[in-house]
Amino acid sequence: MTTTTQDAPASPLARIIAAGTHQRVLAFASLIVLLIGFSIASPNFMQTSNMIAILQATSVNGVLAIAVTLVIITGGIDLSVGTMMTFCAVITGVVLTYMGMPLMLGVVAAVLTGAFCGACSGTFVAKMAIPPFIATLGMMLILKGLSLVISGTRPIYFNDTPGFSEISRGSLIGEVLPSLPIPNGVLILFIVAAVAAYILNRTVLGRYCFALGSNEESVRLSGVNTDRWKIVIYALSGAIVGIAGLLIASRLNSAQPALGLGYELEAIAAVVIGGTSLSGGRGSILGSLIGALIMAVLTNGLRVLSVAQEWQTVVTGAIIILAVYADMMRRNKTS
Amino acid sequence: MTNLVEMRGIEKRFPGVHALKAVQFDLRPGEVHALMGENGAGKSTLMKIMSGIYPRDGGEMLVDGRPVTPDGPRAAQELGIGIIHQELSLMNDLTAAQNVLIGREPRRSFGRLDEAALNAKTAEIFASLNLKMDPRTQVSTQTIARQQLIEIAKALSYKPRVLIMDEPTAALNDAEINELFKVIEMLKADGVGIVYISHRMDEIKRIADRVTILRDGAYIDTVQAADTPLSKIIQLMVGREVTQSAPVIPDSTASPVALEVRNLSRGHEVRDVSFDLRKGEILGFAGLMGAGRTEVARIIFGADPRDDGEILIDGQPVDIRSPNAAVQAGIGYLSEDRKHFGLAVDMTVRANIAMADLGRFTGPMGVLNEAAMEDTAKDYIQRLGIRTPSDMQDVRLLSGGNQQKVVIAKWLLRDCDILIFDEPTRGIDIGAKSEIYALLEDLAAQGRAIIVISSELPEVMRLSHRIAVMCEGRLTGILPGGAATTQEHIMELATRRGSALVDAEGQQ
Repeated sequence: MTTTTQDAPASPLARIIAAGTHQRVLAFASLIVLLIGFSIASPNFMQTSNMIAILQATSVNGVLAIAVTLVIITGGIDLSVGTMMTFCAVITGVVLTYMGMPLMLGVVAAVLTGAFCGACSGTFVAKMAIPPFIATLGMMLILKGLSLVISGTRPIYFNDTPGFSEISRGSLIGEVLPSLPIPNGVLILFIVAAVAAYILNRTVLGRYCFALGSNEESVRLSGVNTDRWKIVIYALSGAIVGIAGLLIASRLNSAQPALGLGYELEAIAAVVIGGTSLSGGRGSILGSLIGALIMAVLTNGLRVLSVAQEWQTVVTGAIIILAVYADMMRRNKTS
Repeated sequence: MTNLVEMRGIEKRFPGVHALKAVQFDLRPGEVHALMGENGAGKSTLMKIMSGIYPRDGGEMLVDGRPVTPDGPRAAQELGIGIIHQELSLMNDLTAAQNVLIGREPRRSFGRLDEAALNAKTAEIFASLNLKMDPRTQVSTQTIARQQLIEIAKALSYKPRVLIMDEPTAALNDAEINELFKVIEMLKADGVGIVYISHRMDEIKRIADRVTILRDGAYIDTVQAADTPLSKIIQLMVGREVTQSAPVIPDSTASPVALEVRNLSRGHEVRDVSFDLRKGEILGFAGLMGAGRTEVARIIFGADPRDDGEILIDGQPVDIRSPNAAVQAGIGYLSEDRKHFGLAVDMTVRANIAMADLGRFTGPMGVLNEAAMEDTAKDYIQRLGIRTPSDMQDVRLLSGGNQQKVVIAKWLLRDCDILIFDEPTRGIDIGAKSEIYALLEDLAAQGRAIIVISSELPEVMRLSHRIAVMCEGRLTGILPGGAATTQEHIMELATRRGSALVDAEGQQ
C-alpha cells in the first residue's frame, strides 16, 4: 500500500488505520460483526461446510468486483462485466465442446476474449470519447446478443472435457489438507486478488489507474499517452472477467447464454461497499474483496436464518446506501 | 546570440475568436522574458502553442534555429520546453513524488515501480528547491501554496531548457516568492530561458530582462525591463493612458446595516470571519486564490453549511440553510462561473430573465404569460443596456459582458437587497467592464448592499467603498476604499500568514 499519511507511519498497524483506509476498516469491521451476529443467531452458520459455501459463493462476484474496481478507480464504470463473463464462457464452450480443443486452450480463449472485449470498451471510451456508462452499456447488450447468437440460445455443456469442472469445484488444498477442502474457485479468487493488488499498487499500470481517476487532464499534460493506458486498463479488467467466465462455467459445468445480466450490479455494489470511490482516484482490491464477502455472508446468513429471499435483496440495497453514506460522512469531516 | 526559441507570425483561431494575430516572440538562453497583457490578450494561448498543448494555425516556431512543430506535451518536453500551468493541475489522490515524476516513474522489470527510487529522486529535487516536504505526502493534504511548489518541482524535474511560468506566484507569500526567485536565478545561471507571465508589476521589475507585450491577440512591442518605466508598459498593455480613478465614496455610515456576519467558521476554509455591510455600500473582498472569499459568500448564500457563526439581516438573526432560503431573505449570489451556475445559455434572453421569478408570470392552470415576460425582459434590456438584437436571442450568442448583465437582471427581478458578485468581470473585455462597474455603482446608489469578490486588485480598488482582505480563511483586515489604500497595503494583509517553508520545518 502507498502511505497516505504525512509522516512516515510508525507501525504497520498505523498504516492500516491511516486516513485513506477508514472505509476498508469499516467494511472489515462490518464483516466481523455480521459473522459474529449470524453465528450467535444460528449454530449452523459457523460450520466449516457453511464457511466454504460462503467463499464458493463469493468467488465469481469477487473476481468480477476486482475487474470492475480497476475501471472504477480510473473514474470510469463497466456495466458489461456480467454479459462479458457469459460471452467468455460461451466462447470457451465453442472452443472445448464444439471444436474439441484441449482444456488449456479453452482457458486461454476465455482470458483473451475478455481482454479483447475490454480493449473494445476501452477504445470506445478513450479514442471515441464515449462516456464509459454509455460505451459499456452498449457492450453489455452487444455481448448479451452475441452469446445468444453463437450458442443458438442453448446451453453448451462441458461433459466431454472432464477436467473442466475441476477448475472451480476441485480442491487442490483439500488434497494436501483433507480437513480444509477449499474449492479451487476460491483459491483462484484469492490469487487474482493478490495479483491485481500487486499490479494496482506496485506497477506503472496501477499508478495510472489512480492518476487517471484523480486528474486525467493533468496526466495527459504530463505527456502520458492516456488513451493507450486506458485501453490497457480496460483490457486487463476484461481479462479478469474472462477468469470469472471460466469459474462460473466450471461451476455449472456449462455455458448458460441467458445468464449474466445483473452480475455487473452485484459487482459494482461490492466495490462500493469496499470503499472505492465512484468518482475515481481512490479504492482498493482488498476493499472490493471484503465487499463481495459481506454480500455473500449476508445472503447466506439470512438464508440460514430462513429469511425470505426477497428480503435479502432489500437488505443488500440498504447496506449499499449505508456504506456510501458512511463514506460521505467521513469525507466531509476530513476535507 | 542564437535564440533558444523563436516564434514568428503565430496565428490561432478558436470558434468565433481570432486569438492570436501574427504574434512573434523569442527567448534567449539565460534570460527571463516576461510576457504581459491583459486577460484575454493571448498570453496563455501563445504559451500553450509553445508547449505543444494547442496546435498553431499559422506561423513558424524554431528551437535552436531548427523549425519544429511539437504535437503534444511530450514532444515539447523532448525539445526541452516545460510549463507550469496557471491553474493547479495536480492529482490530489497521489503523493507529492508520484505527482512530480508522473509519466517517468523509475521502473523495474515488467512495469514494476521502484517506489524508493521515486521518493529519493523527488527528495533531491525538493532539496534543490529548498523545500522541506516528505515526498510521500499526499497532495490533497497540502495548502495551495505548497501544492504550487510541488507543481514547480514537477516542471523542474524535466530539466527543461525553456521553462514557462504562468502566474507562478499567484498563491505564494513573500518568503516563498523569494525562494522561487532564487531558483529562477539558479536556472538563469545554468542557461535556462524562462518565460514569465505575471500580473504583478513589481515582480517584472525584479526579475525580468525583457518584456513582450500583447494586446487583443496582437504583438505590440518588446522592451528592456531595466530602462522602461512601468507606466509605459501598462500603457502598451491597455493601449491608452490609464489614470487609475479612485471611486467617489458616498458616506454610507448613517445608512442602516443590511447584513451582519459574526464569527463565521467552516473547517479550515473560513475561520472566524466577522463584518458588516450597510445599505448603499460596496464592500470589496480581496485575497489570493484559495483565501476563502468564495467560501464565505457560499455560506452566506446557504450553499454550504457553516460550523459556527451568526448571520443577521436588517438586524434580525436569520438561519439560512439553502440558497432558496437566502433568496427568500433577499440575498442574491452571482457565481464566478456564469455558464455553469448562472445561465441557461441555450435559452433566450427573455426566458433567462423570467426564470428568476416564474411564479409572477404564471397564470391559472400554470400557463405562462409570454406578453408579461416580454415586457419585463425588454425593460431590463433597456435599463441595463444589454446589447442584443431582441429579447428572443439565445444567451450563448451574447458577449461575456452582456451575458453577465442578463445574470444581473435575473437577480434584480427577484428584488434582492443584498447582492454578492463573485468575479463579476472575469472573461469580460475592458469596455464592458466599465459598464458593469457603472451598473454596480448605480445599484449601490439605489440603496442595495453589494459585496464584490475579485482577484484583480485594480478592480477591487476601483469599486470598493471598503476593502475586506482575506488570507487562508481569516479576515486579516478591512481597509478604507479610495486613494489612501494601495496595492501594497492589500497584498500585505493578503499574505499575512506563516510561510509554508517555515511551517514545514516546524513539522519535521
